[in-house]
Amino acid sequence: MPKNRKTESLLYEKPRFLQAGDSAVTIELGNVVDIGVNEAVAVLEKTIEEAAIEGVLATIPTYRSLQVIYDPARIRSRELIPRLSDLLPKDRQDAMGGRRWEIPVCYGSDHGMDLEFVASAHNLSTDDVIGIHSGGEYRVYMIGFAPGFAYLGGLPDPLHTPRRNNPRTLTPARSVSLGGIQAAISTMPVPSGWHMLGQTPVRTYDLSRKEPFLLQTGDRIRFKPITHDEFERLDALAEKGDIIAQCEVIP
Amino acid sequence: MTASLIVRDPGLFATIQDLGRWDYLKFGVSNSGAMDRVSLQIANMLVGNDPGEAAVEFTAMGGTYEVAAESCRMAVVGGDFPVSIDNEPAAPYTSHTLARGSRLSIGYSRSGMRGYLAVSGGFDLLPALGSLSTHIRFGLGGLNGKALAPDSRIPLKKPDLSPGADLFLDASLIPGTAGPIRVVMGPQDDYFAEDGIKTFLSSQYRVTGQSDRMGFRLDGPEIAHAGDFNIVSDGIAAGSVQVPGNRLPIVLLADRQTTGGYPKIATVITADLHRLAQMEPGEMIRFESVSVETAEDEYLRLRRCLENIAESLEPTDSETTETYRLLSANLIDGVCWINPNVA
Repeated sequence: MPKNRKTESLLYEKPRFLQAGDSAVTIELGNVVDIGVNEAVAVLEKTIEEAAIEGVLATIPTYRSLQVIYDPARIRSRELIPRLSDLLPKDRQDAMGGRRWEIPVCYGSDHGMDLEFVASAHNLSTDDVIGIHSGGEYRVYMIGFAPGFAYLGGLPDPLHTPRRNNPRTLTPARSVSLGGIQAAISTMPVPSGWHMLGQTPVRTYDLSRKEPFLLQTGDRIRFKPITHDEFERLDALAEKGDIIAQCEVIP
Repeated sequence: MTASLIVRDPGLFATIQDLGRWDYLKFGVSNSGAMDRVSLQIANMLVGNDPGEAAVEFTAMGGTYEVAAESCRMAVVGGDFPVSIDNEPAAPYTSHTLARGSRLSIGYSRSGMRGYLAVSGGFDLLPALGSLSTHIRFGLGGLNGKALAPDSRIPLKKPDLSPGADLFLDASLIPGTAGPIRVVMGPQDDYFAEDGIKTFLSSQYRVTGQSDRMGFRLDGPEIAHAGDFNIVSDGIAAGSVQVPGNRLPIVLLADRQTTGGYPKIATVITADLHRLAQMEPGEMIRFESVSVETAEDEYLRLRRCLENIAESLEPTDSETTETYRLLSANLIDGVCWINPNVA
């Protein structure tokens, strides 16, 4: 991750505190889908978590904002907002370390029914698409929409593809997909207008695990193409509870 | 045979709900939980439970439940539902001890949409992500992540009679339901034209049939955006009123998505969510803007109201007769409720 970002200007000079009813306040750090803004969100979330403010119940990080959910019986907005303001970084901070996951993907055929469509939309071969998709590094911008559904930034420009006009009512669980400038990894069958490139055997959401969710906002992702046979082998391991994805800790 | 409650008829739609799960919002998991958290808590108090214990949440019509245990203390709280035990009328807002084989039936609501059937000791189920609340689309919680089905059995933690007496709640203590639904403006009220905000706060909106645990779609005068109606996704609090491109508001509730990309003009205050949850399709809503301070005060007032209720439950063998309770339970006009327009 380049520590000297060009994107800093996309952060608001002064973050906005937006009241969302009497039990949540949204700290808006920017108004765009951008890695620098999302990094600032991840840093702020960690800082707030470490501050363990009495009455703060949960946080929801998104692309460009952090929602802080609180119990007004324990802390009121007028006390909470100054305390949160104090936690905002005084200076631009260096990028945080984090985790980098290698997620195996079986591309095409039944695993990724839109691979050929995406290839033809860009006048590429399916191998080109696989090469480009698995050649980039992605970042988990946000988990939302469904349990563990990871929105990823970092889709290489040549694969930017408008969403389908006609969304599908259900798409296969653990699909690796793209829509517009974004990519995603799903966990369960969900409706989607995105293009399904492939499928991972990795259970990024598994209720039987002590920590059911594998990915969190700020994690980096690389995809590794695997064959159908390899998919079957890893899928059987994953079914038994094996994480199978490789994880590297970035200092 | 494990002690259980047999679902003979789940009515129109029934799920198991507690106060929901809060630790996984950042992982895309809705908090779920009872739509009317006040009624859930009162139902639990009446059967001697922790107020946040899981109970059956039913919708519009309650159905029939049979006791397959030594005995079971039960209470029905929520909208105005007729209750009977073995075909004899029984009072809501009252706990009743039923013997093995006895059946409790709940009919169609005379007003209100949701009711809660709490059992003493609660249900013997494993929590999913820290809660027994059912989220059907995600297949989480409750009985296998599904709505209750005929002849399913819900295991009970307590196989026999709980100590203490059956209790009832004096109807004058039940929080009232009248008045506008109060909102705190924002978080994205700046995405709306001045006219749009004026329309939102001065019009009546009808609850449509497309209203469920995820949210209520409303119909009424269109609300004008200032410009673009897409935002970069951000968090969605309970009670958020989002206005998509068709300019009609949707209030997002217990099973809402955690994040979304439509601007939210306002957020219903926590103290009014239980009232909203009881509104039926066809009913009209008027929104009123209040300050955050007022919204927080109202939340604290509602909490005190519940604490007061917990201390005010009376044994049913005290001076009051069953007839009086049957009558008084229909007089939902609370002293707890203070009209916001008067304050």
